[in-house]
Amino acid sequence: MKLNSILLTTAAIAWASPAFAAGDLFIYTYGEYTPPDLVAKFEKAFDVKVHVDTFDSMETMLAKLRAGAGGYDIVVAGDPNIQLMISENMLEKIDVNAMPNYVNVDERWRDVYWDSGRQYSAPWAWGSTSFMVDSAVVKGDINTLGVLFNPPAEVKGRINMMRDVNEVINIALRYLNLPRCNENPEDMKKVLELLETQKQWVKSYNSEFKEPLVSGEAVASMAWNGYAMRARDEKPSLVYVYPKEGFTGWMDNLAVPKGAPDIENAKTFINFMMNPENAAMVSTYARYSNGIKGSEKFVDPKLATAPELAPPAGTPAPEFIPNCSPASTKLYDRVWTKLLN
Amino acid sequence: MTAQAELRSPFRVSKRLAFTGLLLPAVGVITIFMIAPVAIVFVYSFLEPARYGGVVWNFSVEGYLQILFERDFVDGSLQFSADYLVILWRSVFQAAICTVLCLMISVPTAYFIATRSERTKPIWIFLITVPYWVNLLIRTIALLFILRDDGPLNKAIMMTGLTTSPLPLSYNNFAIGLGLVYSFLPFMVLPLYSAFERFDFRLLEAAYDLYASRRVAFFKIVLPVMRPGLIAGSLLVFIPSIGSYLAPDILGGGKTLMIGNLIGTQFQGAHNWPFGAALSMILLTVTLIVLIWMARRSARKNTGY
Repeated sequence: MKLNSILLTTAAIAWASPAFAAGDLFIYTYGEYTPPDLVAKFEKAFDVKVHVDTFDSMETMLAKLRAGAGGYDIVVAGDPNIQLMISENMLEKIDVNAMPNYVNVDERWRDVYWDSGRQYSAPWAWGSTSFMVDSAVVKGDINTLGVLFNPPAEVKGRINMMRDVNEVINIALRYLNLPRCNENPEDMKKVLELLETQKQWVKSYNSEFKEPLVSGEAVASMAWNGYAMRARDEKPSLVYVYPKEGFTGWMDNLAVPKGAPDIENAKTFINFMMNPENAAMVSTYARYSNGIKGSEKFVDPKLATAPELAPPAGTPAPEFIPNCSPASTKLYDRVWTKLLN
Repeated sequence: MTAQAELRSPFRVSKRLAFTGLLLPAVGVITIFMIAPVAIVFVYSFLEPARYGGVVWNFSVEGYLQILFERDFVDGSLQFSADYLVILWRSVFQAAICTVLCLMISVPTAYFIATRSERTKPIWIFLITVPYWVNLLIRTIALLFILRDDGPLNKAIMMTGLTTSPLPLSYNNFAIGLGLVYSFLPFMVLPLYSAFERFDFRLLEAAYDLYASRRVAFFKIVLPVMRPGLIAGSLLVFIPSIGSYLAPDILGGGKTLMIGNLIGTQFQGAHNWPFGAALSMILLTVTLIVLIWMARRSARKNTGY
């Protein structure tokens, strides 16, 4: 919730004073993302008190760090955000690739576009953004974005879209088969028309999608795979869809913001998190894959077979989308404002 | 002569000191919590946006231009665009409707409470304030749960057989309006109550004795006494509801923006701080205009009696 972030910002400013006792680690991350047993294990092993502060979106996190909120040793950031923070000199170069546990990082997540060679960041969790339908209500072919943009009668008026300009526009661009990070006003006009047509069938724009799906307010909703699994736990008829048009992939990473009070503790934590056993705790708790080799055998066995984490054969590869240019960001913003006008 | 001056001067100094000392906390609070933040917003509204949030220290009026015009992407020319004006208008309109509805509910409520016995009055006032012990965010979400399709209200309506499909009570302007009224109602009830409380009902009897009609009695006797309460209540409802953020965000399902939400997105997703600052200045100006207009109106009316 937005208000939540305002309260948290206020709280963080209140405690972002320079005096910290030795043996503290301040983590800034999404809510319900840090396993309590992991925190306890780290505290016990290194005699460090861990403090977790949460944000509700990357925008909140960036805005707050930019506004000068210091005092964090570890920040969790998505792939385009790491790219941005490196380019803006907001992160400490901590040479993750030289850490002992780096050998455990899956080769797939080493030379990534946002931090090639992993000098600044380590994998935390990765997943996909697609959508979920209630199979008890929605009939017919569900493996297409048409469920959201050309909905059958039973879906009309019961769609939830995320309240996130990039996620919504990306999924619309994919349905229209137009290039991502689009700078073409003509293309973006088509996106706006599509979204405005869809709006009459949209119940709400809400990134907290689990509640509306479980309560039955929405029968089709954009979703993140791990959180989708939690929703399915509460309502077994919910199905996470890998549409034939493709879907977005993302990775959240651990990094150290400039001016971190205790860089050594931060490095210790990052190395600790590249240990398969510890990375597995994140997956078990947050229900996302982690990018650390050998973690599979420590992860809750029900995740191994979960369709949200193991897409069926023939599923298109997730598409990772970097930061878009200022021109397309402006166009996106204009589309978003007109849509919600 | 010198002795006298020495005798007098400490008194003068201490008087001046006392004056400054007494003034200082108020000036300090106003400077730190009002003048300084508004000054920052004012300065930021005339800067250029940095790429992903923050500002570049170059003078620019683009933030204000953007409210009325949008730049064509091909040739950069300015074209009139009503998008943001519509949002501003919607905020003013919703706030005005909310104020009127609050008035309609509060006048009988306040009258009722003011005419109770001295013993039961505090209980009624207490009951008015009870819901406000709970955080506004929680109350707003609770209201959403009551209003939505499978909520108790719709279930009850469907059980009566009046309709077979749920009524669209949530995620629309109706829900936003209801949320605003619910949020700000006591700010209207309490000032009106205190106005009614001071009202001498013998005046009304006197008016009727002198053959005043109900209409005349209301406009000549009741309304003038009520006026300060009406004005205070209206301002206390109108001003927070025009910038309201939670009701449109939660009860509106994020489908329609009000100015508070538009400002919020400028500092989060859209990364355009100067535009957000410019919008805040516009909102501040609208609020000030309403305040001054109300103040002048009441001053004029007051001299009439």
